[in-house]
Parts: sequence; C-alpha cells; structure tokens
Amino acid sequence: MTVRLFDSRGTPLERQKFTLRELTPKPLSKLDDDAFSRVRVILMNGIEQQANRFQHMCGQFNRDLRVPLAQIRRVEHHQQTMVNWLLGSDHSPLETTIGYEQVAIEVTAAIAQQEPDEYLAQAYRFGLLEDFDHMYRYAALLDRVEGKDANNILQCYTDILPGRPTSVEHRAPLDDLREPYDKKVVAPISKFNALTVLSGEYQTRDYYMNIGPTFSDPVARALYAEIASIEEQHVTQYGSIIDPDETWLEKWLIYEANEAYNYYSCLVSETNPHIKAIWERFLDYELGHLDLVCELFKKYENRDPAEVLPDRLPDPIAYQSQREFVRKTLSQEIDLRARGVEFVDKSEEGPESQAYRDHLNSSGSPSDAVAMNYRWHPGTELARKSA
Amino acid sequence: MDQSLGLNRTGMDMSPIHSKQMLHVEDDIPRTTDGDTTLATIEDFFLENAEPLGSIPLPGTVKGALKSTAKMATGKHPEVFINKLGERLAYERSGVRIYEQLIAKCQHVSAELDTDINVPIERLMEFRDQEAEHFDMLTRCLRHLGADPTAQTPDADASGVAASGLMKVIMDPRTSVSQSLQAMLALELADNAAWELLISLANDMGMEDMAEQFKHALMQEDTHLSNVREWYDQSIRVQAKMKLA
Repeated sequence: MTVRLFDSRGTPLERQKFTLRELTPKPLSKLDDDAFSRVRVILMNGIEQQANRFQHMCGQFNRDLRVPLAQIRRVEHHQQTMVNWLLGSDHSPLETTIGYEQVAIEVTAAIAQQEPDEYLAQAYRFGLLEDFDHMYRYAALLDRVEGKDANNILQCYTDILPGRPTSVEHRAPLDDLREPYDKKVVAPISKFNALTVLSGEYQTRDYYMNIGPTFSDPVARALYAEIASIEEQHVTQYGSIIDPDETWLEKWLIYEANEAYNYYSCLVSETNPHIKAIWERFLDYELGHLDLVCELFKKYENRDPAEVLPDRLPDPIAYQSQREFVRKTLSQEIDLRARGVEFVDKSEEGPESQAYRDHLNSSGSPSDAVAMNYRWHPGTELARKSA
Repeated sequence: MDQSLGLNRTGMDMSPIHSKQMLHVEDDIPRTTDGDTTLATIEDFFLENAEPLGSIPLPGTVKGALKSTAKMATGKHPEVFINKLGERLAYERSGVRIYEQLIAKCQHVSAELDTDINVPIERLMEFRDQEAEHFDMLTRCLRHLGADPTAQTPDADASGVAASGLMKVIMDPRTSVSQSLQAMLALELADNAAWELLISLANDMGMEDMAEQFKHALMQEDTHLSNVREWYDQSIRVQAKMKLA
C-alpha cells in the first residue's frame, strides 16, 4: 500500500462529521486484544493531542489562519476523543502507565532504527534507555503496591529490566537541549520521527501530571512526580531537535502529513478490524486536512508544499517487539550521559547536571526505593518466592 | 453476557516464543538494581507527616451546637456518631444509584439474552427504594442532632473511596450480571456490618429511638444481603452447569 500525499485529497472537511455516540466507541479488550493495538491507541491519542496543542498556539500567532485552524482543530479534537475512548475502564491508571511506557519503548526503538540521521537516532536511543528504566520502576510499583504483573499488559513483547537508572536521568536544563535538524537538508522522515516521538512524550508527561496525585500510596505519588520530571526533560529534548526556523505554515503541513503517516502506519499493522476501520477513516480525514493546508501554504507563502514534504508517505512504523535492538542499545549505551547538546561517557558529564541531580536526590530517590532488588518474574515476585 | 473461552493474551503461555526470549537475559544485562533509598524511607516520611482527610463538620445551627456541647460535657463524643451517620447516609445514597445501575443491566440482559440468571427486577426495585428510605431516615437523624446532612464527613469520604472500585464494576456495560452481583455482595456485606456498628453506637450514645430505626434498616439490609448472595451463587453455578452440559 502506497499513499501519495499530493494526489490523495482525502475526505473533504465538510464531510468529516461525528455523532456523540461515535465519540465513545466500544473499547478494546485489555485481556484479549493484542498489546500493540493498545500501543497504537495510546500513541495516536498523543499525536492528536499534540496537533491540538500546536493548532491552538498557531491560532494565537496567526490572525489569517484562525478560521481554518478552528475548523480543522474541531475535527482533530473529536478524532482524539474517539481514539482515546478505545481504552477500557478496567485499565487501572497504573496499568495504563505500563501501556504508555510500552509505547515509549517500542515506538522510540522502531523510530531510532528508521531514522537516517545518526545524531537524531542517537537522541532517540538515549531517551529510549530512560523510558526503558521507567517501565522497570512502574512494573515494580505495580507488583509491590497493587500485587499485579505488568506482563499482563505487555504480553511478553517488552522486557522488564533496569535501564539507565531513573535517579541518574535528572539533568540540568542545558544538558537536555539538542541540536535541531536543518529543515533544508534533513530527510522528510526525520521531521515525522521528531514529531511522533515528541507527541508521545508530551502526552506521557501530561498523563503523569494528571494521574500522579490520584494515587493514595505515598511511594506511587513520589514515583509519578519523579518520572514526570524526566518526561518534562524528554519533551525538552525532543522539542529542541525540531528546526525552530520552520514557519508556522511549514510546521502545520508537517503536522498534518505526520498524522496521516501515523494513521497509515496503524492501518497497515492493526489486527482488530473494528479499530482498523477507525485508522482508515482518520487517514482519509488527515489527507483532507493536508489538502486544505497545502492550499493555505501556496496562498500565504507562495511556495510549493513539495519543498517541505515527500510526494509519498515513507515506509510505515514497525509495530513489533524491538527486544533485540533495545538490549543491544542497553549493552552499548547505558553509560552515556548528556553534556550540552552532545552525548558523552558518564565520566565526562558536566558539573551542572551532577549538582542538579545531587540536590534533587538529596531527600531520597523514589525510583531507587520502589525497585530495590526488584527482579521481574512471571506472575509477580511473590510467585518467584513461592516457587 | 456470560463468560466464555477465548484468546486471552495476558498469560505467558500465549506467547511461547516471546516469553522464552523475555526470560533469557544475557549476562551483560543486569536484572535488578539497588540504591540508597529504601521503601521505608519514603513511606515513613509521608506517614509521619500526613494530615487527616479532613474534619467532622461543626454543627451549623445554634441548637445543634448546644446539643453537641451538652453531650461533650457528659463525656460523650457526638462527633464520632455524626461522622458515622454521615458515612451511612452517603453510602445509602450511593446505594440507590448502584441499584439503579444494576436494574438497568438486569433489564437489558433479560431483554437481550435467554439467561438462566434469575434476578427478579421487582425485588431490585424494592431494595433500591429501601436504600432511599434509609437515606431519608439518616437525613432526619442528622438534623435531629443539629448536624448538616449535606456535609461530607471524613468517614463518608473514606468509605466512598473504598466502594469506588466496586461501583465501577457495576457501572461498566461490559461486565456481566454475575460480576456485578459479586461487587454488590461486597457492598452489602460492608453495609450490613456498618449498620450493626451504628446500632451499638446509637445505644452507647443513649439514642435508643434511633437504634430502633437502625434495627429496622438492618433487617431490610439482611434481606438484601441474603438475596444478593443467593443470586450471585446461582448465577455462577448455573453457568458452570451449562458449560459442563
């Protein structure tokens, strides 16, 4: 299946409509659906949330674009609702968190491998090992506080092992900024990759900030506060790799094309026919949005959208277990740290991050505490002890 | 909506290849971590520095204040009683809504499916109405003591949090009648014990009239409990027999 961006006009905006009933579709089954269906649902919620965030800001800076932004944004909002309501209510907030970290690991690993720019790929691998450790900490929390096995959610696709320890991920802000890509020379897929990972991390930050205070367990509250802080760092990192010299309309074009790219990636890999139909419908909606934004781009910037976008969508994101790649990265890069925009060995880390981290951890580290000597075992660590 | 065999993917056995890979970790990758902070460090700090959920509301009327003051002077603490009355009031009020949810589910199931789960709707409606009567009665009791029946007491708050998971099961359209009955059984068991305590408490406080009213409520709650337990048992055993056949 090939999707051509400039020939496919998609569903016209005036035909992109919803009833309120459509906004609350039948949720996926936590027990029976493939874990990658949940991964796609969580990521696409993040993609739509980021599109909404961008479009609101864009409207506040561009008087002429306010009307088309409002029209498209309303549809995007309803798309996000329909996607996010696919999550069943039997997911506890902590189980959903395990799903979020599975997204961060599997999608970032897939993107790191399809990224042609070595520096950007390194940035994705760097973040990957940190989210990988978050999974381990949350799995320990789920096991030790709720008595549940995180692998019921992961379905054996994703490892539960320590990564770069969360307690050493805390860095000074300057060490979280990266060199942005150059919009004039970077491959189109690199622009999509940056937006996809940024969207996933941003929604994770917001999710932890929203649900963290709903926990009664003090360790859970402390762990969510700690990991939300790292997610904020990740948003800083991934936001900073995007070229700040892209114009508002250029960015809007990339957002719409990336949404289409992501729905296309979901469509080709989805195993649940009910959800697959939603991906197909929304791919056509996004192509409709893109068509409209292409016209705005031509009108206001007198430029050809082909200067910014590829004529066809790149190969889809691989939704499959990335265990081998993650373990290889773990073996080779766990001791990397950031110094300014560079990745260095931990022996070369700068004093700012060390001082920042020492102060932050000086009253104790929730992520160390929750996972002290934790080793995942099928059926929880109690099953290992009783075996 | 009874349960059937299917492709549940949550267990290790459903992923024969991936589960082996997951369990085989190369020696150069650590499987556990340590650190300087123990769980107790975090827990102890918050346990030592925790504030209570909130306070029992002060009587809002002069008459109520006088009544409370009089009891306190004789060594009794009406605020404990008010806290528990407020809890019961909130629980019974939620009970009305929970029965309404269960009724909707049972009506739908009996209309949609040929089921052997025999839950008489009219009995559920009767129980719903009794929960509403208990709520009314408790409202009057709180007013009689000069307390505000619209306030949320700390124990009402805690018991609401405790019941929230059970309510979630009953409200979910995807859960079966038997799953909902199981949640309802837990709610009714807790309710039953709470009424017994409230009767003792009313007697301790010298509120014999109230104790008599609470005994009547407990009698009705006993019927709720025994019926819910019976329907739940029946719903599971019928399914098991059908499956065996």
